[in-house]
Amino acid sequence: MRFGVVVFPGTWSDCDFHYVVSEVLHQPVRYVWHRERELRELDCVILPGGFSYGDYLRAGAVAGRSPVVEALRDFVAGGGLVLGSCNGFQILCEAGLLPGVLTRNECLQYRCQSSHLVVENVDTPFTRGLRPGQVLTMPISHGEGKYYADAETLARLKQHNLIVFRYAEADGRITKQSNPNGSLDNIAGVVNPEGTVLGMMPHPERASEAAMGGTDGLLMFQSLLGSLVEDGSFLKR
Amino acid sequence: MKARVLVRLKPGIMDVQGAAVKRALAGLGFSELNDLRVGKVIDIDMNEPTPEGARARVGEMCRQLLANPILEDYTIETVDDLAPRGAAR
Repeated sequence: MRFGVVVFPGTWSDCDFHYVVSEVLHQPVRYVWHRERELRELDCVILPGGFSYGDYLRAGAVAGRSPVVEALRDFVAGGGLVLGSCNGFQILCEAGLLPGVLTRNECLQYRCQSSHLVVENVDTPFTRGLRPGQVLTMPISHGEGKYYADAETLARLKQHNLIVFRYAEADGRITKQSNPNGSLDNIAGVVNPEGTVLGMMPHPERASEAAMGGTDGLLMFQSLLGSLVEDGSFLKR
Repeated sequence: MKARVLVRLKPGIMDVQGAAVKRALAGLGFSELNDLRVGKVIDIDMNEPTPEGARARVGEMCRQLLANPILEDYTIETVDDLAPRGAAR
């Protein structure tokens, strides 16, 4: 499975994703510069965390209109997979590839801590190896991760089961205390209706080896690899 | 033509930044504050001879980039001179 890791000026998780894909998963991977428009040879494009273009104007706003993200629209239309984590999630929302928006944490603090996520949707290539209700532990590291969408959008997300992860306690209970940033309905990750574009604030690449303190993030990558079938296409579920 | 865009959070969207600034002002003794919200000013100098044309183009800029319609409202002023009007120091 051929991965691309997008690098904007200000991206910081690119090397971590590249390391996990090449050294832990042993899959081909290359960096994709933000001015590139040619993505066709890739199977999965990763938008890593960081502060793309300094996050000027709004987090992910400028990156959401960059050449590589414009090219991503055709890539997604052609069935390509996209994983956006942290700033990558903010970029996907700003680009309109996912609904909603990420705003300033309600606590006003930058939060860098471990978080528990309950898995709500296993009908995606990213989560098909997981169980509904399974609790994953991975780090968050952001100042603008409060997910917001209007009531109509939230209803649509629920109706079509597009909420993939929610912040929870270690036992999977959804509580106000386990919500680190004030996200609407504890939402930590959402997917497009086709199941091919996943955005999430937590960092799976920072929980992919025992030495990192956990391997729950690796479960997502393993789901992805398990989604690739012999003819080179993907299982949606 | 010069244009000034004011971008504000929509009514009903919680403004945590504004709340923090309001608390800080209250700490300085400004106890008369009822509400305070923080917005953005974007000043634009453009090659566009008419106010109508400028407003149309800047509106397009707002829709495509300058404001996020989920969270923010914007207003556009076109002015001959964006030097501070009635600014107090």
